Amino acid sequence: MIQDVVVSVLLIGGALMSLAAGVGLVRFPDLLSRMHAATKPQVLGLLLFLLALAVENGSWLLVPVLVLCWVFQLLTSPVSAHMVGRAGYRTRHLRRDLLTLDELDDIVTRAAAAPGHGQGRAGSPAGDPGGGTPGDAATTAEEGGTDGPGAGSPRGGAPDAATTAGEPGGSS
Amino acid sequence: MSAVIYVVGGILALAAGLALYRAVLGPSILDRVLALDVVLAIIGAALVLNMVVNRHLDNLILLVAISLIGFIGSVTVARFVTDRK
Amino acid sequence: MSRQRIPLITELPLVIWLVLVWGALWQDFGVGNLVFGAIIAYGVVNFFYLPPVELTGRFNVFWLVPFIGRFLVQLVTASVQVFWLGLTRGPELRNAVVAVELRSSSDFLVTATGHALSLIPGSLVLEVDRSTSTLYLHCLNVLTDDDAQDIREEVRATEAWLIRIMGTRTDLDALLAEERG
Repeated sequence: MIQDVVVSVLLIGGALMSLAAGVGLVRFPDLLSRMHAATKPQVLGLLLFLLALAVENGSWLLVPVLVLCWVFQLLTSPVSAHMVGRAGYRTRHLRRDLLTLDELDDIVTRAAAAPGHGQGRAGSPAGDPGGGTPGDAATTAEEGGTDGPGAGSPRGGAPDAATTAGEPGGSS
Repeated sequence: MSAVIYVVGGILALAAGLALYRAVLGPSILDRVLALDVVLAIIGAALVLNMVVNRHLDNLILLVAISLIGFIGSVTVARFVTDRK
Repeated sequence: MSRQRIPLITELPLVIWLVLVWGALWQDFGVGNLVFGAIIAYGVVNFFYLPPVELTGRFNVFWLVPFIGRFLVQLVTASVQVFWLGLTRGPELRNAVVAVELRSSSDFLVTATGHALSLIPGSLVLEVDRSTSTLYLHCLNVLTDDDAQDIREEVRATEAWLIRIMGTRTDLDALLAEERG
């Protein structure tokens, strides 16, 4: 009886977390806000569902594989969120008018304004041998600015940023 | 208990519907990847629900495989989008 | 093959992790299965060569348990908060990209901090500057500079916990000196 109640509460909680992800995906205004809705409730939702399974089953032999399943998600979901978020930021899939503060943009613009500095740093992230950790996929911010002055791509310059700002997320 | 199962199934279906709505709407490929990642997580939740209701453990390996496939999928697309410039 | 030999001791955590994965997947922790798993794990580690992850050589379990508790509390609050924001604020949401400079320069610790942050309240790591160990976080629902300052303090608190658990000796000493004033 008590077991049934606990399982029911855990299942409903987990399902509500999935619903949170769905609601966030539909209602949030730009890609990066949607990523918050997609990654975080999922982690808790899976935890609640796995707990429900463990309580229902009541076998200790099951615990390691459930822990493994959750740990895999803990390890992978921030990495994929970071990769998608970085790609989104670099291809300007965010609405700048919704940001109250953007300290990364300052860095990218400054790196673009000083071409010598930017070019000098270009080789260093790729050439670094210690690339074993997932975080290393995140190369330095200067890298984003290197092709600004050289190739004349729109993302280096501040005036272009203003023109592209409203465009990618505008259709939501 | 069976009422709870219908409620949970209904909430999951609603969530999957919302995520699919975002996947259809886009606007960018990254939004779609994100939405489909959520759909995959909801499928995982449904697999667990199935295991709880029918009292078996056959889907556990599927659950592990799904979380890894979702990871590989979104990382691949993210890299592709970044490199294409 | 022209690669440098990695001593067994640096590979050991990875091998142990792989053996545990093997046991969990088979749901069988018998001796025979684990020995077979260890042979496969050793083969995999040597055949599919990865650059070694440099651990810091310290691990404090007494700080780990409260950290996991804190992490779970934050996970629940973050999830509920995101749900609530989705229902109430929706399209009127205001965000910010905040730069936070960390104390540690160890890749491992910066990665661990970024990982923990991506999972707890309203933050997502966009970029990492390895040369200055600065994280650039995208944060939900930041309206004023005070909110951004709160986030910076929160991030540095998370890093302090992780340094206590598995930071290098020098990082830990620096942290303790900082706290003494």
